[in-house]
Amino acid sequence: MKVLVAVKRVVDYNVKVRVKADNSGVDLANVKMSMNPFCEIAVEEAVRLKEKGVASEIVVVTIGPNAAQEQLRTALALGADRSILVETNEELNSLAVAKLLKAVIDKEQPQLVILGKQAIDSDNNQTGQMLGALTGYAQGTFASKVEVAGDKVNVTREIDGGLQTVALALPAIVTTDLRLNEPRYASLPNIMKAKKKPLDVVTPDALGVSTASTVKTLKVEAPAARSAGIKVKSVAELVEKLKNEAKVI
Amino acid sequence: MAILVVAEHTNAALAAATLNTVAAAQKIGGDIHVLVAGSNAGAAAEAAAKIAGVSKVLVADNAAFANQLPENVAPLVAELGKGYSHILAAATSNGKNILPRVAAQLDVDQISEIVSVESADTFKRPIYAGNAIATVQSSAAVKVITVRGTGFDAAAAEGGSAAIEAVAAGGDAGKSSFVGEELAKSDRPELTAAKIVVSGGRGMQNGDNFKHLYALADKLGAAVGASRAAVDAGFVPNDMQVGQTGKIVAPQLYIAVGISGAIQHLAGMKDSKVIVAINKDEEAPIFQVADYGLVADLFEAVPELEKLV
Repeated sequence: MKVLVAVKRVVDYNVKVRVKADNSGVDLANVKMSMNPFCEIAVEEAVRLKEKGVASEIVVVTIGPNAAQEQLRTALALGADRSILVETNEELNSLAVAKLLKAVIDKEQPQLVILGKQAIDSDNNQTGQMLGALTGYAQGTFASKVEVAGDKVNVTREIDGGLQTVALALPAIVTTDLRLNEPRYASLPNIMKAKKKPLDVVTPDALGVSTASTVKTLKVEAPAARSAGIKVKSVAELVEKLKNEAKVI
Repeated sequence: MAILVVAEHTNAALAAATLNTVAAAQKIGGDIHVLVAGSNAGAAAEAAAKIAGVSKVLVADNAAFANQLPENVAPLVAELGKGYSHILAAATSNGKNILPRVAAQLDVDQISEIVSVESADTFKRPIYAGNAIATVQSSAAVKVITVRGTGFDAAAAEGGSAAIEAVAAGGDAGKSSFVGEELAKSDRPELTAAKIVVSGGRGMQNGDNFKHLYALADKLGAAVGASRAAVDAGFVPNDMQVGQTGKIVAPQLYIAVGISGAIQHLAGMKDSKVIVAINKDEEAPIFQVADYGLVADLFEAVPELEKLV
């Protein structure tokens, strides 16, 4: 079966982001960018499905600027077969992204779509679920285990109190949680081979999708700084402060 | 203007997160209706009717809603929600699972994990794992929003007397089915909902030493977390990870033990009300955010702390 994986180019998780002085957003000039960590897990899961003989082809797609080709090449080096860039310089909200992915799905007809549970920049945790609504497919969010069995996929999900398993009719959408797997590193020969794998570029207009949004960002601020604390000399003093001053125990 | 709050519940009982969501709805202003979609959810509905400030409780009782499968619940919420100005749910695993599906069905963007209400259409929410706060405005006819519980004080669970009304709608979409669940048997509270969290880092040296933290946590009724360093070193499983790629917590008290305080870790806990750091390195960055810092060997300090609390 064909598996479609959506990946996002985001600021590297090790970078301490800074808010721009004019409060229009976060300063991303000259900042290291990487594949969103949850998307790496999604690519890894697709590659493992292929290694098990479950998946026959892995198509990886991203939506973003031309530079996002780097993240597609990374996914290709990890084992994806071909890739699609939906090129746009606009910052899109999750709904617009889901609509664009729906258009790609209509063309590609994958049996399984894997996304990360959330991107570490916008922290929305929406795209996979929205894609579920637009396609009418079942969704297995926050997956820590994925097993394809016949025309169904069993997904074990991380929920607040533990784990839940659901059976979804294929085609279905899965979003990855941290526990699903440990992504591999791309080897140098595979990075070289990835340069020869197909990478198609399309535009939102060509897909016939409107990216209009009902939400706009008015400003972005730095979070309130914490006031300086004190150092205590002993455990007894700590307990006394927690009981009588902070009143938290 | 009326607001629909999608209740978080276990059919038999209402989850505390619903009270925080109702509090957010009160800040927006307007009639507040609570939807309890479940199976044999009478007890949860009665609890919802008692919440102060709720004017109506809608109960959708159907076997298809028993396990909150989004394929079944989202169409119901979207259909009922059309007549409301806002649809709110707690940013719990259920709320996050269902609400974006509702928003897409209504063809509107969703606003995730708001921490404050500026006006009926303007909200604040953290982005970049809490390293920036965005103020966002929605022009959608129906504003679909999830609420971060730690951003709002809980509404009073008693004092209201809302009417309970049954709604017959929706059913099984036939796309998904519930197979089973495995809930953590620990007496310790769930990490993201705990009032007190005790976390260990690389300074714990090995997984076995976490027993000191478990003992302290049990005494305090706390959850136990870990830094990415402790998870990567294999001391504990990664569902215990607090931080940018792990869980975001904001308890009343956060005790960081043997954690240096890297950016990724701070992102997951710096909204905690009171932060305590126990570390033998007095230069550790964790002391810059700690309200109370103790420079000491954790293997002496933690057992002593356990005895004294």
